[in-house]
Amino acid sequence: MRGTLSDRMGAALLMAPLLLFLLLAYAWPFLGVVKWSVTLPTPGLGQYGALATDALVQSVFIRTLRIALIVTVVSVAAAYAITMVWVRGSPAQRIVAEFCILVPFWISVLTRAFGWVALLSNRGLINTWLQSIGFISEPLALVRNEFGVIVGMTHFLIPFAVFPLASAMRSLDERVLLAARGLGSSRMRTFWTVFVPMTRSGIIGSAMIVFVFSLGFFVTPAVLGGGRSVMIAELIYLRIFQSPDWGLGAAISVVLVLFVGALMAVLFRYVRPKQLI
Amino acid sequence: MQQPGRAAEIKAIGIGKSFGSFRALDNLSLNIGPGEFLTLLGPSGSGKTTFLMILAGFVQPTEGKLFSDGVDITERPAEQRAAGMVFQGYALFPHMSVEANIAFPLKVRKKSAAEIKRRVAEMIERVGLKGHETKLPAQLSGGQQQRVALARALVFEPGVLLLDEPFSALDKSLRGQMQAEMKRLHQETGTTFVFVTHDQSEALALSSRVAIFNHGKLLQVGAPDEVYDRPANRFVAEFLGEINMLPLKGVKRADDGATALCEDRAITLRGNADAVNGNAILAIRPEHMSIAREAAAGENGIAATAVGSTYLGAATKLDLTTRQGAKVTVSVPNEVAAAALSKGNSVWLTWPAEKGFLLPDGG
Repeated sequence: MRGTLSDRMGAALLMAPLLLFLLLAYAWPFLGVVKWSVTLPTPGLGQYGALATDALVQSVFIRTLRIALIVTVVSVAAAYAITMVWVRGSPAQRIVAEFCILVPFWISVLTRAFGWVALLSNRGLINTWLQSIGFISEPLALVRNEFGVIVGMTHFLIPFAVFPLASAMRSLDERVLLAARGLGSSRMRTFWTVFVPMTRSGIIGSAMIVFVFSLGFFVTPAVLGGGRSVMIAELIYLRIFQSPDWGLGAAISVVLVLFVGALMAVLFRYVRPKQLI
Repeated sequence: MQQPGRAAEIKAIGIGKSFGSFRALDNLSLNIGPGEFLTLLGPSGSGKTTFLMILAGFVQPTEGKLFSDGVDITERPAEQRAAGMVFQGYALFPHMSVEANIAFPLKVRKKSAAEIKRRVAEMIERVGLKGHETKLPAQLSGGQQQRVALARALVFEPGVLLLDEPFSALDKSLRGQMQAEMKRLHQETGTTFVFVTHDQSEALALSSRVAIFNHGKLLQVGAPDEVYDRPANRFVAEFLGEINMLPLKGVKRADDGATALCEDRAITLRGNADAVNGNAILAIRPEHMSIAREAAAGENGIAATAVGSTYLGAATKLDLTTRQGAKVTVSVPNEVAAAALSKGNSVWLTWPAEKGFLLPDGG
C-alpha cells in the first residue's frame, strides 16, 4: 500500500507543472471571460438573453453546427479509408499512406488555407482549367462560401481523424475476421457486420475530435469563407476586436466552451482516452 | 465440405507450403475419413496449424491438391468452403450477443427468421448455454465462450469441423470437461473433426487417429494406441510420452521379431523389428517395465540400481541407473518403489517381449 501511495504522489508531482500551466494559461483567463460575459456592458445575464434572441448569432451557430457535421462525416469517412490502407495494406501502401498522413502536419494551417484559395478561386487553377477545356463558361463559386470552408477544414482535419481509427483497427483481432469468412461471410458483409462495428470506438473518438475541432475553427473559415461564411470563432473575434461588444463575445465563448465540455463528457463515457491516440 | 449435414471426406495429396525460404509444410498426403476425429499433433512450428489453415482455405498451399468428397477444392476460397472452425482464443464477435454469434452463419446463408430462431435455440440447448442468450462474449467465462465458439461452428451443419488448440486457455479441470463435451458433440453430429493440439495426452484421449508433425513433415498417422505403442521413429516415441532408450548390439531378425544383446544379456523382441540389423535402440515406455528380484532365464531383463523417485499420487516414478550407466525411468506402484529404494542396491528391470520396440540407432 505504501508503495502505491508514494507512486501516486510521484505521479501527481510529475503532473503538477502541466496542471499549473493549464490553470494559469487557460482556467484563470477563462474566468475573466466569464466575468466579462456577466458584467459588460452592465452586470447581469443580459448578454445570454441577447444570445437567445439575436438572429445573427443564431444563424452563425446553426451554420457552425452544419459545417462541423458535414466536415465530421466527410473527414471520418475519408480517414477510415486511408487508415485501412495504412494499417492493413501491403508494405508499400503503408509507406505511401503514412507519408500522406504525416506530411500535412509539417505545413502550417495558414499556408494550406491559402493553397486552397489558389486552387479554388475564380481565377484559380481549377476554374481556369475547366474554362480552358470549355467545360464551363463562368467560373464556379468554389471559395468564399461554405463549400470552400468545408473543403479546407476537411483537408486539415483528416489526419487528426486517422489516429483514433488506426488505434481501433490495430487492436482488432485478425482471427475474428477470419472466423467471419470461414463461416461463409463475403468480404463486403464481413466489413459491414464485423469490421465496422468492431472499430466503433475509433469511429466515435475520431468523429468527436473532428467535430470539436470544427466548432472552434478560426483560420480556415476566415480565409476560405471570405467573411461571407462566418463561423462561431470568427464571430467571437469580430465581437471582441471589431465591433467592440466584449460582453456578447464573452457570452458566446462561454456557451461554446460549455457545449464542447458537454460533448467531451459524452465522448469519455463511450471511449477511453488512450483509445484516441 | 459443401454438403451440409454430411460428414466430409478429405483427401490431401502432396500438399506443400513455403513462406519465403521457410518450408512450413512438405509433401503432405493424408486421407481424412468421413466422421473421423483426427488430431494433428506436434510442437509449435511443426506445420500442423498451417495444414489446418489450408484445410479452412485461409492459406493457399504452394503445391499439392485438396479434395473434399472427391471435388478439387484447392482453389476454393474460405467463405465458399464453409468448414466450421473454432479458433484459438475463440474469435467470437465481441459486439454480438451469444445468440447473434451463433445465428451469424445462418444469416449469411439467408435462412428464414423462423429457421434461424429454431436452430439457434436448439444449438444453445445442446451446448448448455441456456439463460445466456443475450449476453456479450466478454460477460462469459472461458468455458462458456468455448461453447459459443463450438455452437457457432456447428450450427450450419458443416461437413467438417476444424479446431485450432481450442482448450489451450482453459484450466485443467475445465479442459477435461470440455474434452468430454467435444467427444459427445462429435458422436451426436457425426461430422468429421480435425483438431490441432500440442498436448499429446489430449490427442490420445480424444481422437480416432493421430497425425504427428515435426519440422513441416507428417511423421506418422495412426490410432492412438498404435502410435503410442509402435511409434515410427524416435521423435514420435518421445513426443507421445516418456520413454526409455537402451542401446542394443547384435540385432538379428528372428521369427516374428528379433533377438539382440542389451547390456550383454540376450533379449527378444516381438513384432516391429523390420529392417534393423546390427546396432539399434530399444525403446520401452516406463509403465511397461517392472521391478523384479530376479530375471528368469529367457525373460527380458537388465540389472539396475534405484537412485531416486518422484511420488505422483496413483503411482511412483522410479529413476534407476543400469550397470552400463544408462538412465531408466519406471512407473511402478508406490510400495514397489519404496521397497526398491530402501534396498538401495540392485534390482532387475523386466519387460514383456511385445512391449519393447526397435528404433534405428541415432534416428
